[in-house]
Amino acid sequence: MSRITRVQLFVTCLVDAFAPRTGLAVVDLLERLGLEVECPDGLTCCGQPQLNGGFAMEAAALARRTVDLLTVDDAPVIVPSGSCTDMIVHQYPRLLADDARYAERARQLASRCYELSQFLVDVLGLEVVDARGTGHVAYHASCHGLRGLGVRRQPEQLLDGVDGLTRVPLSEADVCCGFGGLFAVKMPGVSGAMLQRKLDAIEASGADTIVVTDLSCGLHIAGGLRRRGSRVRVVHLADVLGAEP
Amino acid sequence: MSQAPAFDRRAAAAAADAKLGEALRFTTGRLQAGRAAALAELPDADALRDHARRVRAHTLRHLGRYLDQFAVQVEALGGTVHWATTAADAVAVVVEIATRRAARLVVKSKSMLSEEIELNHALEQAGIRVVETDLGEFIVQLARDRPSHIITPIVHWTREDVAVLFRQRLGAAEQDVADIPAMTAFARRLLRREFLAADIGVSGVNFGVASTGSIVTVTNEGNGRLTTTTPPLHVALMGIERIVPTVDDLEVMLRLLARSATGQKLSVYTNIVTGPRRDGEVDGPRELHVVLVDNGRSTLLAGELAEILYCIRCGACLNICPVYQRVGGHTYDSVYPGPLGSVLTPGLHGLAAAPDLPQASTLCGACRDVCPVRIDIPRMLVALRTSSVQQGLGPGWVRLGVKAHAWLASRPRAYRAALRAVGVASAPLARQGWMARLPWPLSGWTAHRDFPAPARRPFSALWAERRRAR
Repeated sequence: MSRITRVQLFVTCLVDAFAPRTGLAVVDLLERLGLEVECPDGLTCCGQPQLNGGFAMEAAALARRTVDLLTVDDAPVIVPSGSCTDMIVHQYPRLLADDARYAERARQLASRCYELSQFLVDVLGLEVVDARGTGHVAYHASCHGLRGLGVRRQPEQLLDGVDGLTRVPLSEADVCCGFGGLFAVKMPGVSGAMLQRKLDAIEASGADTIVVTDLSCGLHIAGGLRRRGSRVRVVHLADVLGAEP
Repeated sequence: MSQAPAFDRRAAAAAADAKLGEALRFTTGRLQAGRAAALAELPDADALRDHARRVRAHTLRHLGRYLDQFAVQVEALGGTVHWATTAADAVAVVVEIATRRAARLVVKSKSMLSEEIELNHALEQAGIRVVETDLGEFIVQLARDRPSHIITPIVHWTREDVAVLFRQRLGAAEQDVADIPAMTAFARRLLRREFLAADIGVSGVNFGVASTGSIVTVTNEGNGRLTTTTPPLHVALMGIERIVPTVDDLEVMLRLLARSATGQKLSVYTNIVTGPRRDGEVDGPRELHVVLVDNGRSTLLAGELAEILYCIRCGACLNICPVYQRVGGHTYDSVYPGPLGSVLTPGLHGLAAAPDLPQASTLCGACRDVCPVRIDIPRMLVALRTSSVQQGLGPGWVRLGVKAHAWLASRPRAYRAALRAVGVASAPLARQGWMARLPWPLSGWTAHRDFPAPARRPFSALWAERRRAR
């Protein structure tokens, strides 16, 4: 696998709109590892909100255009989100299974698409990434990355290797924060109650920073912490790893 | 302005109930820990679960054949089999049996199916007294409450609540309600009289064994055994999907059921009834009736929700579910709550009967992870949401918003322009990059957390700039 020299980056719609610097941190990190990074033009949203909302036709349309944009080049696709990666890896092949023009390409794309930490640890075989930080961090294991892709050990291992950081345990780290896409707006009562329990656990952990591998959960948790007046920050794993030593 | 769906309004009320929250946290936490430990003890729990899944899939694929075999065996043993297409048919069968026998008292062991078909009400209408004998169900009945969990029906009650109920409704003395053992002994004394006086015992069925015609019920209180053996007549209510082909298959299911439900290796009582009392036997019912209830199951079996019929009713998906844990079973307003109910109830009765349930999930996938037979509940929740959209259910703003977003996301230039427009429009509302109040429908979000303002320049712009610079 060490023959990988080029990668394609799909930063996701949320990073694009809300956290462009996280996107640049991913680019910096990958370039520091000696990889040539390309971000194909025209990428927007993977279609997960449509799929999970029950809009299968709209989701399939977005899946097809994303497949088109990411199969021009056959370099591995890196996504700094477990949830969007899971969409491409597990849902695209299912969604496009009966589409003669796309079924095979969707499967092929799925086979070379990775969540960021998964790519670094499982594909590149890295044990640590040269980076520096300070303070106490805790990792929140987002649902789709965790249960769809098995992402938890990888980000935790990478965090443990960052100079100057201490990782502390977070109770119920693998329990959903209550985001769930449209769920947070459609079912505000339930979603809010789930968030409060997550925030309680975060404040009890003693961490000053929560690290996520999904910006969606990160923004949800950060918005909740801010509303509480908490001083705990939320950052993406790429923000931590992108910081040069 | 309350635009929230009924589920969410009930949820908000439940989540604000601190006592309920504590009770749910305690019990679901205990059951989850028990399950995890009990499965870890097995030499290869994953392989056993895979095997169990294959057994369930095979059985349901050949359900007609196994049901016929089961029915033939039951009748060969001297029992009577009744086929009920609807809940009303099932209720009519039981009421008919009871009135023909001039029954005055029916004792019941726990049966979610009897809740599903609303049997108690019909029997009472016919002038028959019905007594629930599972301690939790006994309390539910006494308080005119509803179960809030399929295994632990009074997860929402505390021991203090029960003490008050027993004193008020049953005239219990102080020492009768001093602690849980005292309350249990008190209820047991009352129930013993009912068992001995009952004309009919009605039970559910955890599993029906096709090869032997046996009816299997598992309980922890022994009430199932008394219900099915003490009265002269036993009526077993069985969903048509409860079949296992052989005794070997039964063993697999029993090993997983108790471990997944409560963390026990086996339930305290595993009751296997094979036919009514035979000549020379000293106990058991003279008459045995098995009511095989469809009530929408065969329709489910033919569609994309068939997998929910693999369910062996352990309740593990309820205990692990972060939604269930926060809002409890009553919020679902469904006989079967939690992730299981969110698929089964709209599956059996139609989406119009439970439009909110498939929406009441973040699709976190924890239910799929703990299911002993690996039912992919999130997949079916999405399928139900898709049907819901196709049927035009759900709020119009969601449909409009999602479609508009999809339209824009397919047109990068329009998408970027819209992003810029949102950035400009939201800038005056934002402080330090966050907005504290947004108009409906985003008010649902800002009710509980701040909303992030979009960055002034998106990643795509920064990336284009960087590329030009090289």
